[in-house]
Amino acid sequence: MYKLWIATYKEFLLLKRDFGGLIILFIMPLVLVITVTLIQDSSFKEINEAKIPILFIDYDNGEVSQSITENLQKSNTFEIVTKIKGKKIVEKTASDLVLKGKYQLAIIIPENLSINLNAKVNQNVTKILGEFGLDEENEGEAVLQKIKQQEIKLFFDPATQLSFKNGIKNAIDKMVSKIETQSIYTAFQKELETEESLFEAKNFIKFTEVFTENRQKIIRPNSVQHNVPAWSLFAIFFIIIPLSINIVKEKNQGTFVRLQTNPVSNLTILSSKIIVYLLVCMLQFIMMLLVGKFIFPLIGLESLIINGSYFLLFIVALFVGLAAIGFGVLLGTIASSPEQSAPFGATSVVVLAAIGGVWIPVFAMPKFMQIIAKISPMNWGLNGFYDVILRDAKFVDILPEISLLGLFFIVLLTISIYIDKLKNAI
Amino acid sequence: MNASIQIEKLSKKYINTDVFAVDNIDLTIKSGEIFGILGPNGAGKTTLISMLCGLIKPTSGNIKIAGKPLKTNKKITQQIIGVVPQEYALYPMLTAFENLVYFGAMYGLKGKDLKLKINNALSELGLSKFKNQKVKTFSGGMKRRVNLIAGILHNPAILYLDEPTVGVDVQSKNVIINHLKELNKRETTIIYTSHHMVEAQNFCDRVAIIDSGRIIALDSPSKLIENTKDAKRLEDVYLNLTGENLRDNV
Repeated sequence: MYKLWIATYKEFLLLKRDFGGLIILFIMPLVLVITVTLIQDSSFKEINEAKIPILFIDYDNGEVSQSITENLQKSNTFEIVTKIKGKKIVEKTASDLVLKGKYQLAIIIPENLSINLNAKVNQNVTKILGEFGLDEENEGEAVLQKIKQQEIKLFFDPATQLSFKNGIKNAIDKMVSKIETQSIYTAFQKELETEESLFEAKNFIKFTEVFTENRQKIIRPNSVQHNVPAWSLFAIFFIIIPLSINIVKEKNQGTFVRLQTNPVSNLTILSSKIIVYLLVCMLQFIMMLLVGKFIFPLIGLESLIINGSYFLLFIVALFVGLAAIGFGVLLGTIASSPEQSAPFGATSVVVLAAIGGVWIPVFAMPKFMQIIAKISPMNWGLNGFYDVILRDAKFVDILPEISLLGLFFIVLLTISIYIDKLKNAI
Repeated sequence: MNASIQIEKLSKKYINTDVFAVDNIDLTIKSGEIFGILGPNGAGKTTLISMLCGLIKPTSGNIKIAGKPLKTNKKITQQIIGVVPQEYALYPMLTAFENLVYFGAMYGLKGKDLKLKINNALSELGLSKFKNQKVKTFSGGMKRRVNLIAGILHNPAILYLDEPTVGVDVQSKNVIINHLKELNKRETTIIYTSHHMVEAQNFCDRVAIIDSGRIIALDSPSKLIENTKDAKRLEDVYLNLTGENLRDNV
């Protein structure tokens, strides 16, 4: 026990004096969680404040283009640009400017869109009414006229992200559908010669998000509840880098060899590292929780709300820490220089985070990646955190996740000890 | 205390090599002796010492430390041996004192006794006023001296030293050798490897010159000089036996 205490104190001193390591362990995760949460949480607010300029070329000059313009302005997201240096923009200029990345989007409304839309709608309405025998005079005419399908052109900057592109396309599609519907109703109104408005702008079907309840608690997830556990997990796993470097240095500077000749077990040496780095993990986690709870409200974000038990949350964090330490010990055992362990450690944490669902939710991944995610320790950890924070889970609910994390730690530690023995038995 | 070493038919062949690093060595080192293991680079000196310390397993043969087989008594043996490796084997970010507290504690030393031993050793090796400085700021000679203290704090009966004076100035070398002589007066058996022939000639009771993993000469330095034609120094014996060709191994 005395040897373990002294070895632990030595590890503490080494960590305390490693300034770069301390920054990686404590400052970087804080910067990360604050930055990412701020960006994710307030992305729409920022868009509203700083509107996206888009080029709008109106060859129609009718009610359809007017309606699209009004809707775009109402959205408060876009600044509509129709002229550059006092000159009206033409399609070619718009295409060039978007290609160069000066603007993210250009919308080209074709000539006679309103006229053609109305004509098409009238034709359809007349045809329908004719079928019912209500409009016998125009029946033949509707069959004869052929109106070409109209095309609204959208030019996107090649660097525009797919999600933004899809969002814009859906919004414009919705606008056009609404205009078409409105035109149909108006046409019917005209044909039936009624004064009463047939079209009601308000949607008949609306969406309401009903928050789930667990043990009388209504659970309302916010971005803080997603980001704090996700980035805490990321930070905890970053312990792999200093821990593996610590082990590699110990081998390279000869202290490891000296310790092999001392009457002290490898388990004592390893345990001292596990204790110190586990404490660091817990400190990191406490820091992240405190930031979520007290700092976030000061910078305009929501405060972190934990629906479940703090004790269970710390249990999950403890097992996440053990899993990260197991990985760090294995990496340190295999690597022969800090130049090998540091970049590999950093890259593997990013890959594990991606696989584990820290960047993109697992359900949004391709089927194959979803299977891989299920064997990722970061995914187990993330689910454990979400279980406690968002689902008010009980110990039984987190048992599968913490068991997997614990098993991961034991397996990796056993492999490390085995590799170490193999190396010594040369 | 019996601090003898018996080596019987000891061999070591590393994985993926065809040659034996140590080849069928028989050797007895008496308790209280200063024994030098000399040889060119790649001769097998470090491999032999590593096997004696229990760091690597022999391919075949037996080692007895203080009359007990090392194979089955590793833990007991570790208490009575001290090792001073060729590398500095210290934590550069810890002070000399912190390093020594750590390595002393690994031998079960604690409290006032440990502090007293550290302070005495630091004083004897001229490092008292630097004890609270980080080792990374030390010169090569200072690091060698701290490295030595870390191996002798627990008063080992047998002390293994792998090139303890390499890369240090004459002053540091003198302090180290004199300290080792003092330890030997207190019955410590010293097994030491070196490339310094003059140092070995003056310091060792007996030397074994090894080459290609085999002992090619074994006796006191004076007898080896006496028995070699035209030899005036141990270096002449050494060159006569091992030749003057370079031993660069990749």
